[in-house]
Amino acid sequence: MIKRILSVGLILVLGMFLLIGCGGGQESAAENNVPEEETLSGTIIIAASTSVQPLSEELGAAFMDQYPEVSVEVQGGGSSVGVKSAADKVADIGAASREIKESEKSYGLDEYVIAKDGIAVVENPDCGVDDLTMEQIQKIFIGEVTNWSAVGGSDAEIVVVSREEGSGTRGAFVEITGVEGDDGDMTTANALVQPSTGAVKQTVANTPDSIGYISLGALDNTVKAVRVEGVEATNENILNNSYKIARPFNYLTNGEVSEVVQAYLDFVFSAEGQEIVGQEFIPVK
Amino acid sequence: MKAYEKVIEKLLLICAVTATLSVILITIFIFKEGISVLSDYGMINFIFGTKWSPTNGNYGILPLIAGSLSVTIGALVIGIPTGIACAVFLSEVAHKKTAKILKSAVELLAGIPSVVYGFFGLSVLVPAIRQFILPIIQLFNEDASTSGFSILAGAIILAIMILPTIVSISENAISSVPIEYKEASLALGANRQETITRILVPAAKSGIISSIILGMGRAIGETMAVILITGNMPKVPGGMLDSVATLTGTIAMEMGYATPEHQKALFAVGIVLFIIIMLLNLFANFTLHRLGGQAND
Repeated sequence: MIKRILSVGLILVLGMFLLIGCGGGQESAAENNVPEEETLSGTIIIAASTSVQPLSEELGAAFMDQYPEVSVEVQGGGSSVGVKSAADKVADIGAASREIKESEKSYGLDEYVIAKDGIAVVENPDCGVDDLTMEQIQKIFIGEVTNWSAVGGSDAEIVVVSREEGSGTRGAFVEITGVEGDDGDMTTANALVQPSTGAVKQTVANTPDSIGYISLGALDNTVKAVRVEGVEATNENILNNSYKIARPFNYLTNGEVSEVVQAYLDFVFSAEGQEIVGQEFIPVK
Repeated sequence: MKAYEKVIEKLLLICAVTATLSVILITIFIFKEGISVLSDYGMINFIFGTKWSPTNGNYGILPLIAGSLSVTIGALVIGIPTGIACAVFLSEVAHKKTAKILKSAVELLAGIPSVVYGFFGLSVLVPAIRQFILPIIQLFNEDASTSGFSILAGAIILAIMILPTIVSISENAISSVPIEYKEASLALGANRQETITRILVPAAKSGIISSIILGMGRAIGETMAVILITGNMPKVPGGMLDSVATLTGTIAMEMGYATPEHQKALFAVGIVLFIIIMLLNLFANFTLHRLGGQAND
């Protein structure tokens, strides 16, 4: 008897939880639809590529400090997801870490370049080669050059480390270096593939004779950046266009933006916003 | 009274239906998303194509299938003997106290998140293979080279990951063999080793095989650890030290960035993975059934 009462009680409690759970979900969904009013409150949803995500989070945090009523939510994903989210209006702002493709222009999105990022070609610190030309880089990543001796190093096989298919960094890298030709992305099939900037860095740092590429913002002394055409990978060299392997960070909006989103965009281009950009990337203003 | 029972009965029914419905919905969803690529690109081209390069429109997943299978088989080759030996040791050889400590240690392995296994593999196993295993291989084949990201690294990590499953289920199976079997065997003059290899293990084989099936399921479905240590190179491997990409790893890595067409191809990879796992399960169940039947005769 007691057992039965207990079990019925348990079921009731569980049922309550279920109802509460559902209720909560509806509430938060409703919150997102609250029209953003004059007091500058509301939610900004940013769908960012993984390269722009950390920057957007920092910008969002600083913006929220100024306007405590506003909540900025940054979702990670890929550049394509960023573009698509803006196009579908799933997000208020889509962020892509590459130029907008021709096929994506048809969405008619407004583009704002908020920062520039260089891609550093990095190699294992024990590697003897300091300087590569664009052509050498292209040949290494296509797989035509497979030994360091061909580019002035010691007689050792080159371990190529690349990013996964579809990655914004990979897309930018293969396009700029000419690894992407008429037949598409021709990255050698003998390349190790790592799913993130951090994983590429870790792999290159620990694998002898390896070469890879990462965002300049993520560069540290665990790996060695090579000079490209004799130019060092630095912010100045990217802004004066002498360093060749660089890409823009784009914010994309679809049609008329709400007041709060406009305020956020203004903030990003303000001195304060660009200072945050400058901590890791290259400010545009 | 009756009313309560009815309510409980209905609730249980809802739970059961939810589980079944989820499986059906997921299946329908995967097939709906992926089937268009399979039919446009051609089933044969898709499964037997050797070039996986989605940005160029090449969707051949033979390298991925080969990668998943080679890593899984490697894990089973390492994990099964170790796991069964461990189970025998725990249930028959070790002292009760030692066994208790060892058993809880092995079960603790199951609680470690897979990304931690992967990170361990990345920082310990991968360099170790390059430094210690490669020179041994080079004694036989001078041209051998490896970055350390390899089938072997993946197989070793997966073997460790499936150990808890194999050990605990096999150990239970061996322990639950009726004591009379053991006593009869010893009474007939068989020594301890003969009793274990000829009586206890064969009598427990249906349990042992179940443990292997579960372990295999975990190995082929494992994603995070494998991404970190196999190198993700979509190329049909030629040896244990080659890098490979797996079905699960490729889906996980590329999903976030994929264009719509690419995404559909990844769902199609999911379909293939789904079918492979179904086939393996069917095959394993069939084997289990047959062996189980024999054991009961």
